Amino acid sequence: MLVAAILLWMIFAVWPEWLKDAIGRKKVFLNALFNGITLGGLYFLVASGFTLIFGLMRNVNLAHGSLYLLGGYVGYFVADSTGYWLLAFPAAFIVVAVLGVALQLLVFRRMQGQDLRQTLVTIGISIVMADLMLWGFGGDFYNISPPSWLSGPMETFFVTGTKRKTGELIYMKYPVVRIVIFAAAVAIGVGMWLLLNRTRIGMMVRAGVDDQEMLSATGARIQLVFVGVFAFGAGLAGMAGVVGGTFQSVAPGEDIRFLLASLVVVIVGGMGSIPGAALGALLIGLAEQFGSVYMPTYAVVLTFLIMVIVLAFRPQGLMGRA
Amino acid sequence: MSFLKTAAAVSVTAMLTCGNAWAEDPLKIGVMATLEGTYTVLGEDGVRGIKTALAAFGGKAAGRDIELVIQSTDASPDSAVRAARKLVEQDELDVIIGPLSGSEGIAIRDYSKTQPQATFINGSSGAMETTYVTPSENFFRYNTDGAQWSVGLGEYVFNEKGYETVATIGEDYSFIYTQVFGFALDYCQAGGEITDRFWVPLGTKDFGSIIASLPDDVDAIYLGLGGGDAVNFLNQYQQAGGDANLIGGTIMVDGTVLNSKGNAKNALIGTPSSGPQADTWDNEGWQEYVKLYQDTFDEKDRFPAPSLLSTLYYNATAATLTCLNEVEGDLSDDHAAFRSCLANLEMDSPVGKVTLDDNRQAIGATFISEVIEGEDGNLVNKFISMKEGINQTLGMDPAEFAKLGLPSRENPECKSSY
Repeated sequence: MLVAAILLWMIFAVWPEWLKDAIGRKKVFLNALFNGITLGGLYFLVASGFTLIFGLMRNVNLAHGSLYLLGGYVGYFVADSTGYWLLAFPAAFIVVAVLGVALQLLVFRRMQGQDLRQTLVTIGISIVMADLMLWGFGGDFYNISPPSWLSGPMETFFVTGTKRKTGELIYMKYPVVRIVIFAAAVAIGVGMWLLLNRTRIGMMVRAGVDDQEMLSATGARIQLVFVGVFAFGAGLAGMAGVVGGTFQSVAPGEDIRFLLASLVVVIVGGMGSIPGAALGALLIGLAEQFGSVYMPTYAVVLTFLIMVIVLAFRPQGLMGRA
Repeated sequence: MSFLKTAAAVSVTAMLTCGNAWAEDPLKIGVMATLEGTYTVLGEDGVRGIKTALAAFGGKAAGRDIELVIQSTDASPDSAVRAARKLVEQDELDVIIGPLSGSEGIAIRDYSKTQPQATFINGSSGAMETTYVTPSENFFRYNTDGAQWSVGLGEYVFNEKGYETVATIGEDYSFIYTQVFGFALDYCQAGGEITDRFWVPLGTKDFGSIIASLPDDVDAIYLGLGGGDAVNFLNQYQQAGGDANLIGGTIMVDGTVLNSKGNAKNALIGTPSSGPQADTWDNEGWQEYVKLYQDTFDEKDRFPAPSLLSTLYYNATAATLTCLNEVEGDLSDDHAAFRSCLANLEMDSPVGKVTLDDNRQAIGATFISEVIEGEDGNLVNKFISMKEGINQTLGMDPAEFAKLGLPSRENPECKSSY
């Protein structure tokens, strides 16, 4: 409670001088906070598919980062050739989901329950895909341009300070596109929660997470559920690629970066848990952004420090089940 | 009996031909370039530079075909050492061109000392320490370093642009330290003041918070970023509504960033910068080289014009091939003749005359340039001025220069005289 109250006060109040001296300008703090949350939104989009697939199929899909990268490339070409940014999302979702279905049907189904084999095969697939994409798209940096109504900053109602001469309040400016992307991530998260907890399909998925064999014994067509979940999880990664390409960029190497981020997020949040992925993504996003302004040299360490602490005290992850 | 004789004669002839074919085997040259990670596109153009040089030499040295053995690195020192070990110890090659990135160069200098039988010709890495501190006998660098690339920029932005205060932001590694080192010496002596220096890890993708923490009361911001990091910064800088004046580090405004896909790069139009080349230079040798680069590759497989990585790898390769020709491909004297040729080479390169100093470090030209939109809509670096014969101590007395210390996050201090 106290922490929340202090945080709220730090967000809304005009900072007194002593606080400014201690930790710098409020603008920096607020931006780090917001950027951490929006970056967390992106990590959540990637990691939720990863954790969903793991939760249901016990399949650590190390090619998940490649699905993200492919989504980014597909999104760039669709947005660039049609001129509609929004069209990039369904296109990336569908293309990558189809690939996910193919992976599940042609590869993973043949080696169900063999963890090590699956893990090694997914590493192999990710290396092959990375080289194929490098061959096809080159090493260039692709930057998906958002439509004009989304580019540039907007004024928010958060006060960052007062003008020295007139005493007028200065309001924080924040990139529109990041706000929209965060809202979309929240919407998808809530949608997923509703789907899992309020629908028949969700019930089947949850039952599958708990006990696969019992579920198939009751007559549910578990292979179909597997394919569906894999398609959805892969599609989400593809859409995340478009998001990442919009406020960052698409290039070789991003696949590994997002695979690593997803791994850290699900280890912190708890393998197989959607709320866990949300919490983990938020923590990691905030750690990266606060780290980058307040302790730039050690920002990278901070992320892994969180992982180490979680593993030491709660090895199943914050929201994971033992 | 006569049948046996014939058979013997045939087999002897066969052996002789074989022996001949052995001598005509292609000459293998090892190459290191960053073909993965944030500098992928830089490494790709570096390799194009090598192939352009091969095209200029007809693909041969000392009458033998050249075969490249290319090994990928990711800009980290350990990846460079791994690649070098593969080339030198496993493939047993003894002429190596590379690496590309600053800290890789330092690692390869150290590695080269353990492999005295091999000769290393630096690709494009530009950290100062590589040749300035404990230089290696068998490591040659035909490109000037990051500080040499910065000569004249500080003075230009202070006097011509009127930027009196500057904050710098750069990737946290040796090459960018060297660039800021060179910029600071020049700029602070001209009368400018550097208020803050921000360092971000190489490979930073989300600059949101760093952009917010940039001071808004400075005249300009110096950007020491490269590759994907540069593109991401520019993208997020535009989204955040940033409108400060920018000053470009050398790889910030290089062809690798100016040709990225999307609108992010447009934030760079009008940005002054400096480096070992300027795209619109009307020098004949430079134009010939650009033409050769364009003719060597399909239009879709290259940049509209060579980036500096291509140019530097081109120079390294041209020097190697020239000296291989000079010694007629004979390296049997433990590379002695080859190395002496390399050390004393006076190269008329596409970017002006290049010679080596006693540390086997290049003395060459630096260009001041400004990003403009070219005739075909591409962004290019417009030639403003050039200065030839810049040595590693930046024209200072070596003893005075040594007192400055090595480039680091904080060094040198910003002072009006040194």
